[in-house]
Amino acid sequence: MFYREAGQFKTSYLADQSVFPILQDRIGLALILAVAFVLIPFGASDFFLSVVMVPFLIFALAAIGLNILTGYTGLLSLGTGGFMGVGAFACYKLTTLFPGVNIVVWILVAGLFSSGVGLLFGLPSLRIKGFYLAVATLAAQFFLDWCFVRVPWLVNYNVSGAIEVPTRTLLGIPVTGPNATPQFRYLVILSIVALLTWFASNLVHGRIGRSWMAVRDMDLAAELIGIKLYRTKLLAFAVSSYYCGVAGALMVFLWYGSAEPAVFGIDQSFLILFMVIIGGLGSLIGSFFGAALIYGLPIFMRSAVTALGWDIVPSTVEHLTFMTVGGLIIFFLIIEPNGLARLWQIGKQKMRVWPYPY
Amino acid sequence: MRLQASIFAGILAAATVAASALPAAAQDSIYVPLFTYRTGPFSGSGIFIAEGMHDYLEMLNQRDGGIGGVKLAIEECETGYDTKKGLECYEQVKNKKPVMVNPWSTGITLPLIPRASVDKIPVLSMAYGLSASAIGDTFPWIFNPPATYWDGLSMILTYIGNKEGGLDKLKGKTLGYIYLDAGFGKEPIPLFEQFAKDYGFTLKLYPVAATEMQNQTSQWLNVRRDRPNYMVLYGWGALNPTAIKEAAKINYPMDKFISIWWPSEDDARSAGAAAKGFKELNWHAVGANFPVMQDIKKYVVDKSLTQTDKAHLGEVLYNRGVYNSMLIAEAIRNAQKITGKKVVTGEDVRRGLETLDVDKARLKEIGMDGFTDPVKLTCADHNGHFPAFMQEWDGTKWVKISEPIKPMEDKVGPLLTAAAKEYVEKNSGWPKRTEACDKSS
Repeated sequence: MFYREAGQFKTSYLADQSVFPILQDRIGLALILAVAFVLIPFGASDFFLSVVMVPFLIFALAAIGLNILTGYTGLLSLGTGGFMGVGAFACYKLTTLFPGVNIVVWILVAGLFSSGVGLLFGLPSLRIKGFYLAVATLAAQFFLDWCFVRVPWLVNYNVSGAIEVPTRTLLGIPVTGPNATPQFRYLVILSIVALLTWFASNLVHGRIGRSWMAVRDMDLAAELIGIKLYRTKLLAFAVSSYYCGVAGALMVFLWYGSAEPAVFGIDQSFLILFMVIIGGLGSLIGSFFGAALIYGLPIFMRSAVTALGWDIVPSTVEHLTFMTVGGLIIFFLIIEPNGLARLWQIGKQKMRVWPYPY
Repeated sequence: MRLQASIFAGILAAATVAASALPAAAQDSIYVPLFTYRTGPFSGSGIFIAEGMHDYLEMLNQRDGGIGGVKLAIEECETGYDTKKGLECYEQVKNKKPVMVNPWSTGITLPLIPRASVDKIPVLSMAYGLSASAIGDTFPWIFNPPATYWDGLSMILTYIGNKEGGLDKLKGKTLGYIYLDAGFGKEPIPLFEQFAKDYGFTLKLYPVAATEMQNQTSQWLNVRRDRPNYMVLYGWGALNPTAIKEAAKINYPMDKFISIWWPSEDDARSAGAAAKGFKELNWHAVGANFPVMQDIKKYVVDKSLTQTDKAHLGEVLYNRGVYNSMLIAEAIRNAQKITGKKVVTGEDVRRGLETLDVDKARLKEIGMDGFTDPVKLTCADHNGHFPAFMQEWDGTKWVKISEPIKPMEDKVGPLLTAAAKEYVEKNSGWPKRTEACDKSS
């Protein structure tokens, strides 16, 4: 009843082929953007912005990257953490070598370095598939991990092996470093994430996205109808690594303010993979849902325990968080293997025929 | 419409926002967050520290009603020695106006160093963290008494020199360094390499990744091949017991195995009788035979106001936590004295830390007579470079086997100053010190 498109007629093919054909969808999207750009930065507390929204957006971006590779193209990858690290360290080297250039430019350029590395480690995908490819990307992860620790040039020969982010400004306002306000950092990240999500949406709804999905569904058939597997798979790796690289650079520069190699370990790769799986493979909104659930749930649990005044020691809350997240992952995989995005889709469908059940 | 989703998102957002709202700022308490880890691979060491830190402060609350009549609001935040979670904890506590933070991880301390001066929260990284932060004029908000990792290394070298009959006797010998491949373990390497050049010994490095701490067979096989004359250990968490066990397995002479001040009784006990002779530095006593420990037992442990296991009282890392909390308490008391306020802020406690002067008389007053030596900080020296003694594991407990060893000031001092200068150069825009220097009371 709420979600019907009765009375909405398209008068051109272009309008009919649009990504959000239903008016309610467009209104909803505008509402979400309005809340995100206007309401949240001015209404929310510093804690909410720095600890909840900023990481959520960054992880959502990385999840979109991995979703493009694993969800849309079907190439299982465990190298996400390493690719994020390449983006972060590339951005660091670029900004220390050329401090005059705007940091946002360098963040977007750093993704290209990550893209290159992703391309390199994506070459095995032409010969191997499925779990074997996962192992090849695992090798990428460990190799990149090793590089971050053992190549002192990357950290500018810092003894402790960690990188400290220098203060950089955007339009005269500090955007990195300790003087950057959470509001400004959030807005910059939101803008970058919104832009890149729009890019990704156009990619996956167009010819390239369809060729990716064809490769995922049956690569032999895709090859037969003329899709060049070589180019499609490598393009998937390149684009996916670009997103992960930008996410990594944002993570180090606009969230942590520093990085040690351990941040981009195998745990990070698994975390993003869980976000993609729970959120929904092959769905952009699923990336956001997955990031919100996997990242937000432990914080929510910790805050809930404090807010409700229960006298549980933090270490027990930590253990409970692990158990709950693990349990939820299993729960979702049983109830809805296609992830939260599918639940969202089902929800929308139900809204169309409400109050009737079907 | 998107009503359903919007409602759901709204509830989730509202819940998190509400939950993160500032608690009714109790104007009559001093907020002291404790960054601890009772979970994760470093909990083997972290649990004792957490217990010691919590119990001493809780004892002050119970016995004296706080410090200067103001109760302490103690809150633990679980970091798991993870930099990510540590930063999250920091963001969480930042708005509650903490008087200082104790990160208990060099990895967490490093990103907090630039934030401390902006957020006006002093960082007390007791005997860990960035060694160069001893230079108070460059790092007015960071403190790391009683000795830096570089001082500790020089003390170990001095001890080895004494055993050999002179540091010049080290020429041609090999020293092995096994360490956690993270900020903490890499800290002393430049100094170690400098020593190797000065005294003519060969330095062999054996890094252990944090994810592979319990799997040190390859490192120790290399040790067996290289046969260094002495092994130096800078480990934490699960690294220490594994290192001691592996050393015993390859029959490395335990009396030549010396560590920085971190291994606990549990770590040495894990290798059984074979760990006899293992040495480490320390600057305070072990055991619970002190009035302060008895007070903790009476007011906190016996009243079940803590998670502490009764058997942990008096263990070396428990006492270490107590010492840390003593520094916190004395700094707050000092801040109250300087400013005349009862409910002090981070800026006040920074001044309190900078003029910290816990002398013998004061140690006796707080029940730590014979527990540790006096500690005094100044505006220029946020560390003090105090001596530490060597203690040896005799199979059942730690036994002090040397007098306090002075660090090599002539070697370490210039290097610290150079490191501080390099830090400022690398981080363009590092603020010059504007905080005034209080004259010590």
